[in-house]
Amino acid sequence: MKWEEYLVPTSLEEALAMLEERQGQARVIAGGTDLVIQLKKKEVTARCLVDVTHLDELKGIELEDGFIRIGACVTHQELASSILIQERAAALAEGASQVGSPQIRNMGTVGGNIVNAQPAADTVVPLMALEAEVEVATAKGTRRDPLGGLCLGPGQCTVDSTIEILTAIRFRALGPNQGSAFERLAKRKALALPILNAAAVITLNDGGDTFQDVRLAVGPIGPTPSRAFDAEQALRGAAVETQAISAAMRLAAQEAQPRSNPLRGSQEYRQEMVKVLLRRSLERALQAARGS
Amino acid sequence: MEKMTTQTLTMKLNGEEVTVQVKPSALLVEVLRDELELTGTKVACGEGECGACTVLLDGVPVNSCLVPALKAQGREVMTVEGLAPLGELHPLQKAFVEHGAVQCGYCTPGMLMSAKALLDDNPNPTEDEIRLAISGNLCRCTGYAKIVEAILATSAG
Repeated sequence: MKWEEYLVPTSLEEALAMLEERQGQARVIAGGTDLVIQLKKKEVTARCLVDVTHLDELKGIELEDGFIRIGACVTHQELASSILIQERAAALAEGASQVGSPQIRNMGTVGGNIVNAQPAADTVVPLMALEAEVEVATAKGTRRDPLGGLCLGPGQCTVDSTIEILTAIRFRALGPNQGSAFERLAKRKALALPILNAAAVITLNDGGDTFQDVRLAVGPIGPTPSRAFDAEQALRGAAVETQAISAAMRLAAQEAQPRSNPLRGSQEYRQEMVKVLLRRSLERALQAARGS
Repeated sequence: MEKMTTQTLTMKLNGEEVTVQVKPSALLVEVLRDELELTGTKVACGEGECGACTVLLDGVPVNSCLVPALKAQGREVMTVEGLAPLGELHPLQKAFVEHGAVQCGYCTPGMLMSAKALLDDNPNPTEDEIRLAISGNLCRCTGYAKIVEAILATSAG
């Protein structure tokens, strides 16, 4: 775990230059709550750490032209307590409020949660349902990628932290007739990895009786956070009725292929719980969309 | 082994400016305990699971076993030693003693720092808010009830 240099750049250009000069030997560090553990266990090695938490481009939560832009170094605590996030992307505030512990939430960042690429990351699952995209700064310029394609498998992210920097997350803020919610199942209420988590983002028609759009995300039921596309499609255009919701939840459970895991429970149990968690998040998203 | 260069760390520690030479790979808890001999802060799991190493960084609780020391550059750090002048007890410490909230004592410094951060931010918390504030601090002795009582008693007073 012994990195020999700890650098604190003050501009994005400087940070990218530091990474480039070290040709793969340096790595970006944000809050460090995952990376330091990985370095201690030698799961990751780096000769140099480049601390990006002082870069202005990676800070702040803003509403711009109907989109919310979140700096990659915004902490879970900042997300959970942001009025803008609570009002316009509640599922994300709820997800962030359940990461780790207060101490972890004070240091850990949303960008770090994404790059760490775990299939049940508590901010990534709601961000998937919000159809977020990310901004990545590279020596060649900035690129925008849909969040959905970023995680390739546990711990594997398309953003290469030895030469690139995830700078921000962006998604459309929820408005009238829209609502979102996040649900989580774990062995304890705090400091426990999720057995399952789920998020729902819904749009109702003006009458409030039909699903105009539904986006459902769930993890960990595979190597990456997943969308429940079959269930989404079944609900799109459907009347807001128990029967339609139940049928969609059955589709979600079929689509989800959780594995038995000594830490997370049996496949059968988790498959049943996919229905329960998605239904709970859908029902709360529905209440939010109806303004109640 | 090749000798590692050091970097200069200046921080405000328990109200006083401190400058220390640290290895780039030093963690905050190592600098506090091994360099500055403030051994009130404990290390147990080393993975951010137990909260024994909790200190305040700019007023908020963090796991000092996961914080590279150089992250504290130019910032304020408070450890359990900073709660009260030598020989005196902070009201939270008194309440912990009076309510039997200390058994083996290993979690206590971290518990106190999480409680201190809570009361600084919210002087009259509910029991639920207290439980949330100490949810990152494990105690295997007390069952938490006495700790919650002690914090509640301090906030009411």
